[in-house]
Amino acid sequence: MATATPSLERPSPLAPLNSLFSGIWSGVRLLGANRVGLLGLLGVTFFFILCFVMPLIIPLDDKVKIDQIYAAPSLLHPFGFDSQGKDVWTQIIHGGRTLILIAVGAAVLATLVGAALGAFSAVIGGRFDSALMALVDVWLTIPQLPLLIVLAAFIRVNDPWTLVFIMGLLSWAPLTRAVRSQVLSIKQRDFIEAARALDLGTSHIVFREVLPNMMSYISINFILAITYAMYFQTSLVFLGLVPLSGTNWGVMIRFAQTRGAIYSSDSFWYIMAPVLAIALFQLSLVALERGVAEVFNPRLRS
Amino acid sequence: MTAPILELDNVTQIFRVHNRPMAAVDGVSLTVNEGETVCLVGESGCGKTTMGKIACGLRQPTYGRVLFRGQDIWKMDKKAWTEYRQAVQIIHQDPYASLNPVQTVSQILSAPLQRHGLVKNRAQMRDRIYELLLTVDLTPVEDFYDKFPHQLSGGQRQRLSVARALTVNPSFIVADESVSMVDVSIRVSLLRMLGNLRDRLGVAFLFITHDLAIAKYFAWQGRIGVMYVGRMVEMGSTPQVVNHPEHPYTRALLSAVPEADPELTRHKERVSLRSQDIPSLFNLPIGCAFHPRCPLFVEGTCDRVEPALLPVEDGHTVACHVATGQVVARERAA
Repeated sequence: MATATPSLERPSPLAPLNSLFSGIWSGVRLLGANRVGLLGLLGVTFFFILCFVMPLIIPLDDKVKIDQIYAAPSLLHPFGFDSQGKDVWTQIIHGGRTLILIAVGAAVLATLVGAALGAFSAVIGGRFDSALMALVDVWLTIPQLPLLIVLAAFIRVNDPWTLVFIMGLLSWAPLTRAVRSQVLSIKQRDFIEAARALDLGTSHIVFREVLPNMMSYISINFILAITYAMYFQTSLVFLGLVPLSGTNWGVMIRFAQTRGAIYSSDSFWYIMAPVLAIALFQLSLVALERGVAEVFNPRLRS
Repeated sequence: MTAPILELDNVTQIFRVHNRPMAAVDGVSLTVNEGETVCLVGESGCGKTTMGKIACGLRQPTYGRVLFRGQDIWKMDKKAWTEYRQAVQIIHQDPYASLNPVQTVSQILSAPLQRHGLVKNRAQMRDRIYELLLTVDLTPVEDFYDKFPHQLSGGQRQRLSVARALTVNPSFIVADESVSMVDVSIRVSLLRMLGNLRDRLGVAFLFITHDLAIAKYFAWQGRIGVMYVGRMVEMGSTPQVVNHPEHPYTRALLSAVPEADPELTRHKERVSLRSQDIPSLFNLPIGCAFHPRCPLFVEGTCDRVEPALLPVEDGHTVACHVATGQVVARERAA
């Protein structure tokens, strides 16, 4: 209570901006209050710095050095060297950026398409609703990874945007169905009726009453969609279905495996480094998701 | 004479359930004057809630008109509609469903104040919210200001929804079973608070309840309308309806109300119905909808002709062939 009173004291022309910032700030504070969520936030921040800031400082080591093949980890080279004598650590630093960007892009696309279609379906109803839901049902029965594998044989997926597009379109269906049923249920609740009786306006009802009640679900779905997209990409690379260009964690696992890493204990760090990177990144996202659920759903806070 | 604050003129609400039409409310008229309390009582499914929704403009009736201070609300221009919207508010039955779980008390109360420009700045906003919370006895107000609905008890939530309804200074409140979901101990204090609002602010109430004892307590100065399967069967001032019920259904309802005094209960006149089943709204009995259960049933009339609401004394109307003396007259004529 003591924290809220001062913020109400005087009006300011920047009030909406202020309230946006204070909203974000209180969100971060709430995230920090949850230990798992805080760990997730720290983890995701770490990976952000690792994959987007560090590449600017540390160059990629792409020189073949015969004398360094499978050299053991040291303080300067924490993950040792690969089958061609290249430093593994710099490959980890440079190998996350495209993966993460494509995964986030695919998740943004899937979430936007899913949430929008679901909301429209619930609001419009009738034939549109029935047709869309029939399509969703059919879509949900298609196993996604095999479809992706088949698609990869026909479509040239060396362009990252194509990959974003394909993966986004593959995962819109579950969210569409979930958002539709949530909107259907929320718009019937008494508090929506009370808002109508108070004449609060359509935009208030959509953005202040309906959407905040679904934010925890949508944001969780968004985070999980990132993790799925990560797995999809690395699976595609690992299976050799997309061109093995550039440096990324999936390509690293693939090379480590094909160049005999599983037979040689020397190359332990070569294969474990990208596996650890992917696993830790996914773990951070899942932990973050736990915290985000609490930020958007006050009932989960204790 | 000024126009009544709200008038429902022969409204009918037809719902289509699995493509079968069903009249939840069938040709009901109701008038509420400024500052007056009108109770609607009846069993579950008799159309009380639908009446409430129609009265506060949340539902457009299939037929009939809704007049607010003499103006048809569905033919209003924007300005008049805004005025009506703010003048008529609803308090829902379920305090757990009627408050948005992701908004704090202050957010819930500030949205309507902001939207309708009822406060000029943040200091005024806070003062007004404090005042509202005081009005509904949510004290100390500082403790409630930043709470979320799930941190409040059922009674406190219901007070909050009353406060929300009061943000726009309504002159007419539809209270839809507003006290039936809270504990009996809290119920009386809630009723007392609503009574205070009525007496102090002159708010008119359409009080919907299934509990005649509450209707008696809250609306002794007002009127009671008794509904049965979507029709009004009896309407009169509360003392008239409670002390001299004319419709057999009203009598049955009243005899079912338990009395605190065992002596009274023992000697109370019991109305025995011929059947306990409420007819399906899809398949209402022909004639008087109550006739299969009615102890006064007269064959040939009650199962053929639908009774109209006719006055039996000043301001007391009943829809019953027998109570209004219609049947005897008909038989003599035959």
